[in-house]
Amino acid sequence: MTAPTAADKELFFGSRPIEDGLMQAELSVPGMKCAGCISKIEKGLSTLPGVVSARVNLSTKRVSVVWNKSDHEPPLIDALNGLGFDAHLSSAQERSEDNELRRLIRSLAVAGFGAGNIMMLSVGVWAGAGEEARALFHWLSAAIALPVLMFSGRVFFASAWTALRARSTNMDVPISVGVFLTFALSLYDTATGRPHAYFDAATSLLFFLLIGRTLDHVMRARAHSAISALQKLAPGGATVLHKDGSTEYLSIDDIEPGMLLRVAAGSRFPVDAVVVDGDSDIDVSVINGESSPQHVKAGDPVAGGSLNTTAPITARATASEKQSFLADMIRMMENAEGARHQYRRIADRISDLYTPVVHLGALIAFCSWLAFAGDLHRAVAVAVSVLIITCPCALGLAVPMVQVMAAKRLFRAGVMIKDGAALERLADVDTIVFDKTGTLTTGMPRLANENDAGMRALNVAGAIASYSTHPYSRALAQASRLSPHIRLEANQVAETPGNGLEAEIDGVTYRLGRPDWAVTLPAKQDADEKSCVVFSKNGELVARYHFEDDARPSARTVIQKLNQCDFYVLMLSGDREPAVSSFASRVGVSSWQANLRPAEKVKQITELTASGRKLLMVGDGVNDAPALAAAYASMAPGSATDIGRNSANFVYLNDDLNNIPLTIETARRAKTLMRQNIAFAILYNAIAVPIAFLGLVTPLIAALAMSASSLVVVLNSFRFGGDTQRITNLKKRRDLTKSLLAQTQAQTQ
Amino acid sequence: MSVMVLLVLVSISMGAVGLAVFLWSFNARQYDDMDGAAERILIDDDED
Repeated sequence: MTAPTAADKELFFGSRPIEDGLMQAELSVPGMKCAGCISKIEKGLSTLPGVVSARVNLSTKRVSVVWNKSDHEPPLIDALNGLGFDAHLSSAQERSEDNELRRLIRSLAVAGFGAGNIMMLSVGVWAGAGEEARALFHWLSAAIALPVLMFSGRVFFASAWTALRARSTNMDVPISVGVFLTFALSLYDTATGRPHAYFDAATSLLFFLLIGRTLDHVMRARAHSAISALQKLAPGGATVLHKDGSTEYLSIDDIEPGMLLRVAAGSRFPVDAVVVDGDSDIDVSVINGESSPQHVKAGDPVAGGSLNTTAPITARATASEKQSFLADMIRMMENAEGARHQYRRIADRISDLYTPVVHLGALIAFCSWLAFAGDLHRAVAVAVSVLIITCPCALGLAVPMVQVMAAKRLFRAGVMIKDGAALERLADVDTIVFDKTGTLTTGMPRLANENDAGMRALNVAGAIASYSTHPYSRALAQASRLSPHIRLEANQVAETPGNGLEAEIDGVTYRLGRPDWAVTLPAKQDADEKSCVVFSKNGELVARYHFEDDARPSARTVIQKLNQCDFYVLMLSGDREPAVSSFASRVGVSSWQANLRPAEKVKQITELTASGRKLLMVGDGVNDAPALAAAYASMAPGSATDIGRNSANFVYLNDDLNNIPLTIETARRAKTLMRQNIAFAILYNAIAVPIAFLGLVTPLIAALAMSASSLVVVLNSFRFGGDTQRITNLKKRRDLTKSLLAQTQAQTQ
Repeated sequence: MSVMVLLVLVSISMGAVGLAVFLWSFNARQYDDMDGAAERILIDDDED
C-alpha cells in the first residue's frame, strides 16, 4: 500500500515529459556489467505495459525508459528487481543534458586539429626551411590559426569579456590578451618577413587550456538543488471539510489553521495538524527517519509531510503551509546550501593569485624592454612571451586531471562524485556523522526473537501477516515458513487500521497486532514495549514478536576501521533512545544522540563545525537532507530518498559502507597528487618566467616548455591508475594462464 | 616547391576530413556509451 504509491509518484515526478504524453525516466542500475545484462534489462522493461522503449547506457550504468503517461505507471523498479538488479530512479537534476560540455568538446577537437597541423608546419620551419618555404608555412599557419582561434577561443573570450565589462578580471583575461596579441604579432611578423611566428604557441595554448577546462567542467557541481525535490513532497492541496458538511479541495496556500482536513490513506498531510477523528498508522520517516510506522488516534499531532498509510483521517490544521514542518525544512536547506558555497576551490584560490601576478609581470617586461632597449616590437614580443609561457596550462590541468582520475576510480567501486570540490573537502574530514536508519541499518524491520516465539504459532502468524503490507507484517511473513496445514483465504483476514489483523481459521479467531487490542483476556501487559506485536488465539496471548532494524553487514567493521584511523565517529538519529543505544553498542559507536529532529541535527552539525571540526555526514532520509547540506562533505547511499541523494556530494550506489573509507582514502590521495601538480606548475613558472623576461624564448622553446609542463602534470595524475581493477585483471590473467597450462598438461599425459 | 604545397594542402585537408568525421559522429552521440557499444555486438538479435 505505501511502497507502491510512493514509488509510482516518484516515477511520475522523476520523469521528464517529452512529447504526446510520453514521459522519459532515467534509472540507475549499478549492477549491470555485460551484454547479457543489457539485453535482459532492455527486453524485460520493454515488455512491460506502458513502456514505449528502454535503452541501456552501460558506461553510466543507467537505463532510459520512455513510457506512456495515459497508461498506468509501469512498475519499472519492481521489474528490474525481479530481473535481479538493484535500481533506483535518477533525479531530474542528475541527468540534465550538458550542452556546455558538448560545446567544450567540440572546441577542444577543433583546437587539437589546429594545434596539430600548425605544429607540423612549424617543425618544417624549425628544421631550417628556406626563406620562401618559411613564408609559405607561416601564411598557411595563419590561415589555419585564425578560424581555429575564433571557434575554440570563444570559451575564453566570452568569459574574459564578461569579467572586463564587470570591471574585474579573471584567469581568462590574460589568456585572451595573450592569444590575441600572439596572433596579431605573428601576423605582423609574417607580413614583414621576420623569422619567428608564434601561431603554434597560440593554438596549442588553447588546446591544453581546453583540456583542463573540459575536465574541470566534468568535475564541477551541477546546479542540483535538493530544494525542488523537497517541494515535490508537499501535496498540492487537500480536501477541506466545511462546517456545513460540504467538502472542497483547496490549494495548499489556502489552508489555514483551524480548518478540518480529510487525509485519505496513501496521501500526505499537507500541513501540521492534530488528529480529530480516525485511527491509522502514519509513516513519519520524512520527519525523523524512523522506519516503523507510528500509530495515531484522536488528539495526536502529526507533522506536515508525513504519509497516512492505513485508514482515512480527519485532522484539524494547526499551522499554515508557511509555518509547517516541510516549509521549515526547505528554509533550513536554503541556509545550509548557501553556507557550503563559501568554500573556495583550490583552483579558484590559485587563479586569484595568478591573474594579477601575470598581468604585472607582462607589463613590467614590456615597460623595461621599452625603456632599456627602446624597441617597441621587441618589447611587445617579450611581453607576449611572458604571457604565453606563464599560461596556466599545467595549472589548469593540475586539479581537474586528478579529480577525473579519482572519479573514475570511485565510479568503478560504485561511488558517484557529484561535485569535484567535495573531493578536496573530503580529504580534510576528521569527524564522521552517521544517520542510523537506512544508513547504518537496512531500514527494514526484521523479526528479532524468532527462536523463542514458537515455530508453529509463527507459521500461522506469518500466513495471516502475508495479507498485509505493513512493514512488521512483511517481516513476520518473511520469518515464517509456508505450511501446508494452514489454509487461509483472503476473505478470512480482516485488517483493522491502527490495530492489526484478524483471521478466523477452523472456528478459532486469531488476532495479530497491538497488545491492548489483540489480547482481550486479562493478562499482564508490558507498557513500555511499543515496537511489539502480539499474536493471540481467541483473545489469549500466544506469542510476542519484537522487531529490529538490521545493521548493514559491513557496519561494524567499517566503524571499527574508521575509529582506528582516528576519526571521531558520531551517530545522530531521529529514532527513539533505547533503539539507538542498543544499536550503537552493537556496531561500536561510542558517541550518539537520539530523538533528534532535522533542525537539531543541523544544530549539532553547525556546533561541531564551529568547534573546528570538519564533518562528513552520511545519511539517507529526507530528515537528513538539511544536515547533509550543512556538513563540510556528505555521502548518501544509493537507496536513499531522492532528496537525500540530491543533497549529498557523494552517492555510493551499492549501499556498501566500505565505500566510505575507500572514498576518504581516494580523496586524500587525490589531494596529495593535486598538491604535487600545483607545486610543479609553480616551479615551472619560476624557471620559465625569467627566461621569457630576458627575451630568450623562441617559438621552439615556448612549444617545448608548454607541452612538457602539461605532460608532467598529466603523467603525475595517471599515477592514480595503480588501482585495484588492474591488479585483479592481472590476477585473473595469471589464473587463466595457470588453468590453460594445467589443461595442456592433462592433454599431453 | 609546388609539389610541397600540394602535399601540405593534401595532408591538411585529410586532417580536416578527420575533424569533420569526428564532429559528425560526436553530434550523432556515438560516444555517449562506449562500454555499451563494445558489449552490444555480443547480443543476438534473432527475434527482431
